[in-house]
Amino acid sequence: MATRRVWVWTELTDGAPQRPALELLTAARGLGEAAAVLLAPAGDEAIAALGAHGAAVVYHGDDAIYTQYAVEPQVAALAALIEAEAPDLLLFPSTFTARDVLARLAGRLGAGVIANATSVRFEGDRLLATVPYTGAYVATVTLEGPAPYLVQVRPKAYPVEPVGGQAEVRPVATALDPAACRVQVVETVPQVAEGPNLEEAEVIVAGGRGLGKAENFRLLEELARQLGGAVGASRAVVDAGWVPYSYQIGQTGKTVKPNLYIACGISGAIQHLAGMKGSKHVIAINQDPDAAIFEIADLGVVGDVLTIVPKLTERLAGR
Amino acid sequence: MKICVTVKQVPDPNLPMQVDPATHRLVRNPDQSILDPADEYGVETALRLVEEHGGEVVVVSMGPPSAADALRRAMAMGADRAILITDEALAGSDARATARALAAVIRGEQPDLVICAIEATDAYTGMVPGMLAELLDLPQLTFARQVAVEGQTVTVHRDIEGATQVLRAQLPALLTVTASIAEPRYPSFKGVMAAKRKPIDERDLASLGLEAGAVGAAGAAERVVALEEVREEKQGQMVTDDGTGSSVEAIVAFLERIQVV
Ligand SMILES: Cc1cc2nc3c(=O)[nH]c(=O)nc-3n(C[C@H](O)[C@H](O)[C@H](O)COP(=O)(O)OP(=O)(O)OC[C@H]3O[C@@H](n4cnc5c(N)ncnc54)[C@H](O)[C@@H]3O)c2cc1C
Ligand SMILES: Nc1ncnc2c1ncn2[C@@H]1O[C@H](COP(=O)(O)O)[C@@H](O)[C@H]1O
Repeated sequence: MATRRVWVWTELTDGAPQRPALELLTAARGLGEAAAVLLAPAGDEAIAALGAHGAAVVYHGDDAIYTQYAVEPQVAALAALIEAEAPDLLLFPSTFTARDVLARLAGRLGAGVIANATSVRFEGDRLLATVPYTGAYVATVTLEGPAPYLVQVRPKAYPVEPVGGQAEVRPVATALDPAACRVQVVETVPQVAEGPNLEEAEVIVAGGRGLGKAENFRLLEELARQLGGAVGASRAVVDAGWVPYSYQIGQTGKTVKPNLYIACGISGAIQHLAGMKGSKHVIAINQDPDAAIFEIADLGVVGDVLTIVPKLTERLAGR
Repeated sequence: MKICVTVKQVPDPNLPMQVDPATHRLVRNPDQSILDPADEYGVETALRLVEEHGGEVVVVSMGPPSAADALRRAMAMGADRAILITDEALAGSDARATARALAAVIRGEQPDLVICAIEATDAYTGMVPGMLAELLDLPQLTFARQVAVEGQTVTVHRDIEGATQVLRAQLPALLTVTASIAEPRYPSFKGVMAAKRKPIDERDLASLGLEAGAVGAAGAAERVVALEEVREEKQGQMVTDDGTGSSVEAIVAFLERIQVV
């Protein structure tokens, strides 16, 4: 049987491949020959990083049009590339852009999609993926063909593994129809985030409704700064408008796996746990001794976050 | 301006979810099902746009006959009319099959805007809106936390990883909206009464011109082959704070033990 060809949808931040794409290269290498698809202007370092993480090939569309227009030029280029090259499997990370491109591509190909997978494998010619469902179930899911199969994978499902290879670059020719450039990216403003972002942080301090009001998130920011970590949130406080959606951790938010997760005033609903229970260590602070979050905590503290968090920050600052 | 909002009836997310072990499908008990809270943001967004620019809000759903209740709720909020795609053969649809059915109806409506939630609360694949945009050949502006329409131009503000972004396109277009976009209104008594008289247009497969094999379980590409229940519990250490921050020492000791400090 010919080697399976597995493509990974890749995006850049500050000129470097995003971590989720590097994670998926690990998955792709395990399944066959890994290739990265990169539709964005990029420097040599980005290409080298993809090779170093196992991409044998980088399909590179080096055109500014991909940053000026959203979704449709990417889908058009990808569909043409798929038609020409006939890969077996495409893996997409769970980023906003990847989700948009994947859904539209699936619509164009008339293909099905597996979303939210945490592992992907083949059993003979049958594709199988593991998909956690609501935190209470884990499903094994397959897709009807024909190939290519389209799968979206949750963050942190695979480790980043530098293997020290070199990628062959294959330019993606752009003969893009202007009619495929309908969504103009008027501006992209980087949010000046202090410290690490949620996906990469080793320590996450997350807040829930128990903080009482939006202003109290400042207490978490101070603790996070002290620990070199990032701040996250439950959906209840995102819905309340205290913090933006990008803070949300859980089933419908981000999946995080830090070394330490400190849950402050979070009840531990199953949908929240779905996004953080892979954390190596969990500290939970909650007034309610019966809160579900304590069931998965390594250290459970029954008490008032508004008292404990500032004291803890102060104590750590004094060290 | 005519706006179609896709809305779904989902099992009440505040109750434990149940999956039928034989079919691997979610148990949908009509008495315990509601309009997806995520879709209320789309309905609210549409109502505000129509209040500003004039026009009509049409809510569209695919589901069992009981999904009419979810449509009534959206109409009680203020939507003008509803379309329910319901047919035995639609059961077991995946995102692809759902998008096909919704597209068939929305195509006939020729709306200026289609509004979806970013993902459904029960299935949360987030794949239907993008598929729908492609099938309808509409530009898609997603994850909106703010939307404005001026003339034929729609502008969306959104948050993505590490950045905020502004997207712009010409109508007609498809949007997905997040919870930050607007606080959904609570239906008034008058609204509830008015909704009882508003029409729900029921469509079956034949009227959509769809093949039975294109939708429902037969048209689904994604299949569940096994389902396992999981339960996880840790036996962690517990401390109780005395109200003055006495637990801080235990926390610091833990941080030292795991070498975070
Ligand atoms: C389909 C679906 C998807 C969802 N996706 C997500 C998701 O991605 N992420 C997510 O987080 N949620 C998600 N949810 C929502 C989830 O079910 C919960 O509603 C939410 O996580 C609750 O947030 P919370 O813990 O902040 O609030 P609450 O449940 O209200 O908990 C607040 C906690 O704070 C404690 N508390 C109050 N005051 C204090 C104090 N002074 N000191 C200490 N403790 C205090 C209380 O004892 C309580 O335990 C989803 C729900 C559904 C149905
Ligand atoms: N059966 C359905 N009827 C109406 N709208 C739906 C249906 N399924 C999905 N949608 C819409 O598509 C969004 C995303 O759904 P999903 O892709 O299943 O996560 C939902 O929030 C709805 O707005």
